Amino acid sequence: MPRFSDRVFRIVVTGGGFTSLVILGLITAFLAYRGFEIFRTFGLHFITNFSWDGGNPDAGVQPSLGIGAMLIGTVVISLVGLFIALPIAVGSALFLTYYSPNWLRKPLTILVDLMAAIPSVVYGLWGFFVLMPHAVYWARLLNRYLGWIPIFNVPMPIFERSPFIAGLVLAVMIIPIITAITREVFAQVPLDRIQAAYALGATRWSMIRAVVLPFGSSGIAGGAMLGLGRAMGETVAVYLVLNLAYKPNFHILFSSGGSIASMIVNKFGEASPFELKGLMAAGLALFVLTLLVNFIANLIVRRTSRTGH
Amino acid sequence: MAQSTSTQILDPSPGRPWQKSPRQFIPDLVVFVLALAVSEVTVSLTGLRGKIALLSLFTLYSMAGSMVIAFRRRGISAMGNALASSFVYLSVALVALPLFSVVITVISRGVHALRINTFTQDMAATQPDAPFNQGGALHAILGTIVLILLATAISVPIGVLTGLYLTEIKGRAEGLVRFLVQAMSGVPSIVAGLFVYAVWIVGGHGGFSGFSGAVALSILMLPTVARTAEEVLRLVPNDLREAGVALGGTQWRTVVMVVLPAARSGLITATVLGIARIAGETAPLLLTIFGTTAKHFNPFSGPMSALPLYVFQLLQSGLNVAIARAWTGSLVLLAMITVLFTFARVVGGKSKS
Repeated sequence: MPRFSDRVFRIVVTGGGFTSLVILGLITAFLAYRGFEIFRTFGLHFITNFSWDGGNPDAGVQPSLGIGAMLIGTVVISLVGLFIALPIAVGSALFLTYYSPNWLRKPLTILVDLMAAIPSVVYGLWGFFVLMPHAVYWARLLNRYLGWIPIFNVPMPIFERSPFIAGLVLAVMIIPIITAITREVFAQVPLDRIQAAYALGATRWSMIRAVVLPFGSSGIAGGAMLGLGRAMGETVAVYLVLNLAYKPNFHILFSSGGSIASMIVNKFGEASPFELKGLMAAGLALFVLTLLVNFIANLIVRRTSRTGH
Repeated sequence: MAQSTSTQILDPSPGRPWQKSPRQFIPDLVVFVLALAVSEVTVSLTGLRGKIALLSLFTLYSMAGSMVIAFRRRGISAMGNALASSFVYLSVALVALPLFSVVITVISRGVHALRINTFTQDMAATQPDAPFNQGGALHAILGTIVLILLATAISVPIGVLTGLYLTEIKGRAEGLVRFLVQAMSGVPSIVAGLFVYAVWIVGGHGGFSGFSGAVALSILMLPTVARTAEEVLRLVPNDLREAGVALGGTQWRTVVMVVLPAARSGLITATVLGIARIAGETAPLLLTIFGTTAKHFNPFSGPMSALPLYVFQLLQSGLNVAIARAWTGSLVLLAMITVLFTFARVVGGKSKS
């Protein structure tokens, strides 16, 4: 029988340990509670409807709320971001583990960590004023030479504030996360296998292809999913560089896109009480989406670190 | 002959036979010059314009050149190796480029509106288009400090308790708790703000206030603190725990008097990393503290301001003067985060050695 003081200690610490469960539960419960009316009114139509019309009680216009376009937009910009970030992040993780001279490794790791700590509003500011002009140049170039590919086509030559630019900013923001995770996985590659590959006459690249990449593949996948989850929840930076339009758009170079998180910021100030409930429901949808992506990511990363040795 | 061999062995600075001789650098040099020249020509002949085009063409051409050299020297697998090396170096350059670009633009544009009164005045009595020697970000700086203190007071105890649960108690739910902390670190910041808004402000329990902002920030800070705390508590040697118990201490006295003090600098690192995580958050603050232009100290009632929110709201006004102030706000914010971050690294680095 443990002492009384120890029992109290254990209860307090266990209580602290379960706070995260309580918080996650409360977030789900409260957003569902506030958004309940929306789900009752619109049902699944809330997910598939593309328009967001608060209605006009005086003119008898019924509200019609849906996050379909924003949901598609969120996925589009996150995928564009991931597509750009993943090769760069894997490449720099490879550099940090296998190419970098020793003196450069530590400062570079710190710089990458610092990159993750830069506030998203600063990335948004930079993205709008510095990155956008360059990105528009690239977008025009892509459109001119690869315009025959449907996603690089544009209905009108307006290239500012496009999903492509939002994706670029997101890529910069998620590169540190993916780099950190892949680097950790690469560092776990058993040294004897690396040495065996070199002893068989492998070049550095054939060693990486034969040993490191197969070993780290699920770590890369997990890191990519974590980056995707982070990109989906990004708010302010996307809000500043993306032109929100309530219409699904797959032409990534064209100035029209969507993001649930940015929509919440955009609509929040002028929302009627009913629209506010809609925003709560949209927040719940975003929460569930990111939770799901993160869940899969953690599952993948965890499996690697368990079977890794 | 034998004489020369022995001197070679005794030579204190041995040669490096794997290093390239000066002659072997000639092809590299040729590739460099050729790539530069060809990219200049391409830029001047085609519709491509500007420095970026030149730089990217140069990169492409020199990659191709190094592949050709590698192929001529050692065949196809060396060519793949050269391609992979160029790709890896290129990706590091592409990571460093935006980082330096962000830091340099924030500094160069931020100093433009930086005056002493940035730190001594607020914007309450200042017109949006007033010159830079009037008004400042004092209210936002104070707001950020108040928010950070409150969020730290809420999330650090809970985070350390979570870390203790994972390292000291190791209950049946250890895996679950670790999983939940991971899941929590993925909560989008806007959802944290929306949650506090849904609980506090819609329910009529209070209006916008600093405290609700701090609660939203704590949700984001908790997983960072908990994870780092777990890591540093795990570094405390088991001998110390056993010694504490052997001296007749109960578990909680051992934890409070031995384990926590031993992990003190690591716990400080955990706190500071958590602060660096939340200091720049904007989205949850939009929904919870709303923002003002005056100094406001009471966190339990009335809107407050914070640096990221100050930057965001200045941007929204769209005036050039306001945007210059926004850059200055970003500079102050970035400087603050860099200082915190460096502090965490220095303290954390000490604890490990």
